[in-house]
Amino acid sequence: MVLTEPITRPAAGEVTIRDLFKSFTLNGRRLDVLRGIDLQVRGGEAIAIVGPSGCGKTTLLRVLAGLEDPDRGDVLIDGAPVHGIGNQRAVIFQEPRLLPWLTVTQNVAFGLEVRGTDRIKAAEKARHYIRLVGLGGFEEAYPCQLSGGMAQRVGIARALTVQPEILLLDEPLGALDAMTKLTMQEELSRIWREEGVTMILVTHDLEEAIYLADRVLVMSKDSGTPTRLIDLDLPRPRDRSAPVFVALRRRLMAEFGLH
Amino acid sequence: MTLETLETPALSAPPARVVAARLAQAGRSGFARYGLLAGFLILWQVGSTQGWLNATVFPPLDLIFAALWDGLASGALIDDIAISLQRSGLAFAAAVVLGIPLGLFMGQIRAVEHALDPILQFFRQTSALALYPVFILLLGLGEASKVFVIFWATLFPVLLATIGGVKEVDRKLIEMARTYGATRGTVFRRVVLPASVPSIFVGLRLSATTALLLLIAAEMIGANRGLGFQVMNAQYNFQIPLMFAAIFLLALLGLAANFTLVTLQRRLCRWAEAN
Ligand SMILES: Nc1ncnc2c1ncn2[C@@H]1O[C@H](COP(=O)(O)OP(=O)(O)OP(=O)(O)O)[C@@H](O)[C@H]1O
Ligand SMILES: [Mg+2]
Repeated sequence: MVLTEPITRPAAGEVTIRDLFKSFTLNGRRLDVLRGIDLQVRGGEAIAIVGPSGCGKTTLLRVLAGLEDPDRGDVLIDGAPVHGIGNQRAVIFQEPRLLPWLTVTQNVAFGLEVRGTDRIKAAEKARHYIRLVGLGGFEEAYPCQLSGGMAQRVGIARALTVQPEILLLDEPLGALDAMTKLTMQEELSRIWREEGVTMILVTHDLEEAIYLADRVLVMSKDSGTPTRLIDLDLPRPRDRSAPVFVALRRRLMAEFGLH
Repeated sequence: MTLETLETPALSAPPARVVAARLAQAGRSGFARYGLLAGFLILWQVGSTQGWLNATVFPPLDLIFAALWDGLASGALIDDIAISLQRSGLAFAAAVVLGIPLGLFMGQIRAVEHALDPILQFFRQTSALALYPVFILLLGLGEASKVFVIFWATLFPVLLATIGGVKEVDRKLIEMARTYGATRGTVFRRVVLPASVPSIFVGLRLSATTALLLLIAAEMIGANRGLGFQVMNAQYNFQIPLMFAAIFLLALLGLAANFTLVTLQRRLCRWAEAN
């Protein structure tokens, strides 16, 4: 079988979302947040999810992470339905969520240790990813000694260290200043390329979405408008000032009724 | 930046000038910290010898230290220290051994905490001293009732602080651990427990203070040994310097307990220092 289909075999990290529904009850009123989401993400692809505040981006990501159960519909990873948390996925939150009593190395090794890797091996691997996110030299620092951007890198390194097939990111750069954000976007792009992971990124920054993603999922708040999927057919590495880039950004902004 | 200062290698023998400067610096900061205390003691001594103070109530410090020395040399005060340490130590240890695990358990399981909280609040608000007669009725006037009343009062600070610490653990950190597949046990061991340590220490320090407070009260009622007894007894017999010597020892005991706990806390919570 491997011989007959040498190239078309799906890369690991394929995500299929089928007819996903999720609602919450808020003050006795039912709130349909996810209304039949369908999405097919190829292994190694980068998808950005954008949409107005409260449209359900975080909810979708939490369902994908297994932190929340859908009311209806399926999430399949590499063709198999998944329920709950699993080893193929790692989550990067808006806040770094570091354990303040652990050093950078111990924090980065945390995920591996929890999954049963022995301390020494985990630390070794952690050091590799600490260098990858550009924090070499800070291995023994404590979280309180790091800047916001550095702390977020530690969180990213921790997620990478468990070598997930799928990286789920919820506004990972949302709390950073503009300059740090640009650098981190470049680094995320590089890391994504080097690691070959599937990346599903929630962001409210349209430029970030265009810079990083292969496709953008635009979610809407009102039930009348369906979700849309926009293909970003741009060469990489991406140039923010290229006319195609600017044009895409304008188009995406128009989707939100801006301009 | 901070890293460089953290990782400064041990300097090899600094020059004398630097040592002198450091000593002067230490002297200045020492004066800023202990100057007032020294002033107070000097004022006491001078006031007492000069007759500004009633010397029978506030005897000069040298008399107090002479009484202290006599008591220690003869072994009489040593005996009192030993029995007092035993009572408060036993009670404190029991409170810790029961309070911390119970607090960790109660803080974790909402239903348990919910059911036990009203009775806890009720007991806590009932003064241990008011209950002392009850304990005496139940346990007699011997060691058991003394240790128990101290234990009773000491239990609540550490128990409540532990519950509070566990309940206040950042949910986001727990969720983070869960996304890596951590089991309940792992979350407890690697997130909840370390995150609660600082507030457990707050409880321990409060408990230690309470233990000494109750020790003295318990020893003033129906005891014939112990530092608290010695304070009362010396007063009855008008051995005022001895009374102050016992008070001084009690203060020292409190300082030592606090110092031990603070040192331990520093060692365990080094990560919280820089905040
Ligand atoms: N646990 C919950 N219980 C009740 N309602 C919830 C819960 N989680 C989310 N919601 C509701 O679901 C809606 C979508 O929330 P969600 O956090 O997914 O939005 P979002 O798109 O991530 O918004 P933002 O861009 O502001 O982060 C909101 O109206 C929110 O109030
Ligand atoms: Mg959100």
